Amino acid sequence: MVLQKEDILTLLEEVKDPEIPVLSLVDLGVITGVDIAEDGHVTVNMTPTFAGCPAMDYMKKDVEQTLARHGISSYTVRMSFDDPWNSNKLTEKGRAALKNFGLAPPPTYDLILDLDILEYATCPNCQSTNTTMRSPFGPTLCRALHYCNDCHQMFEQFKPL
Amino acid sequence: MKEEAIKDLLYKIADDQLILGHRNSEWTGLGPILEEDIAFSSMAQDKIGHSLAFYTLLHELGEAEPDLLAFSRSATQFHNSQFTELPNGEFDYSLIRHFLYDNAEAIRFEKLSHSGYEPIAKVATKLKGEIKYHVLHANTWIRNLGSSTEEAISRLQNSLNSLMPYALGMFELSVYEQVLIDTGIYAGEEAIKEEWLTRIQQVLASTELTMPDIPSQTPMLGGRYGTHTKHLQPLLNEMAEVIKIDPTAEW
Ligand SMILES: [Zn+2]
Repeated sequence: MVLQKEDILTLLEEVKDPEIPVLSLVDLGVITGVDIAEDGHVTVNMTPTFAGCPAMDYMKKDVEQTLARHGISSYTVRMSFDDPWNSNKLTEKGRAALKNFGLAPPPTYDLILDLDILEYATCPNCQSTNTTMRSPFGPTLCRALHYCNDCHQMFEQFKPL
Repeated sequence: MKEEAIKDLLYKIADDQLILGHRNSEWTGLGPILEEDIAFSSMAQDKIGHSLAFYTLLHELGEAEPDLLAFSRSATQFHNSQFTELPNGEFDYSLIRHFLYDNAEAIRFEKLSHSGYEPIAKVATKLKGEIKYHVLHANTWIRNLGSSTEEAISRLQNSLNSLMPYALGMFELSVYEQVLIDTGIYAGEEAIKEEWLTRIQQVLASTELTMPDIPSQTPMLGGRYGTHTKHLQPLLNEMAEVIKIDPTAEW
């Protein structure tokens, strides 16, 4: 069987964000490209969500192991900033997964990420937009802490970037 | 000549981030409130990640491996500004340094995202988004505390006055300054400083804090070329301890 790019992406659906086990790396948007050379060598290009995210190394290894587990012996997984990550790269499926996990998905934005977007969040419990950012830094680099002024609960948001 | 200029630029950026990242991490477990403990720990993680990205660019230009660059040089080989190596002091002191540093860093990334040296432009394009959270955090605290109690205001003002000469040291000119500007690699320290003064002033204007008189300041220079305070070497020794104990430790 000759592998196609789509087959590799399907395999990579199995690899989840270790901090958000319902979110695949494909839906997270960190898989930026898959190339299959004529000799069958598979190259997977990845990019980090946050440059300092300690989970990225783990994700890269997980991608390598998943390729190997599916019988692909010749592969390279590259991590680079060639196609830098931003939160608009999260797929619709990824956003839904975040919400089910209890994390507010980041708002999508056009071109410029301004301060209003940084502070904007929809409460994942009651859907209110009457919320206040409590801290731009949460338990992991990709999460911020917000407070819902309607249901009076703290919640976490996957940060827009 | 051009490559030496690029390396010089990469070293000062990466070293600032690495050193300040480690200073930030010293707040872990000591922050005045849990949210601030988390904030400084997160910013430490970000900054060390940013330095890794720039050390990687240096490695691609033939310099040593990133972890060797980070952990096996002595103080005289470091290019960080003295500003970043000063001990944390009280929370107000760290907060002022955070405010002064990250506003400059944001401008640096914005300018570098248009750099004529593509590898730098790519990294800066990514990091200019991340640094917005640092600036948001710093500016929010300065705005809130800078117009709160008398004690908070006077503490912040004292820290601002004593840190300003060191902050100005961030803009020490490179020996390659003109090459970097002429080749479109970097906007240059003077351009960054002008924009920085405007932004700092804007935030301070919304508080009861007063901008120190800039022309009468004597910037603390020398850090970019290995002249450091007595505080850097002990910090480097401490940083290297982890790698000496476990050379395979992830950082
Ligand atoms: Zn709510």
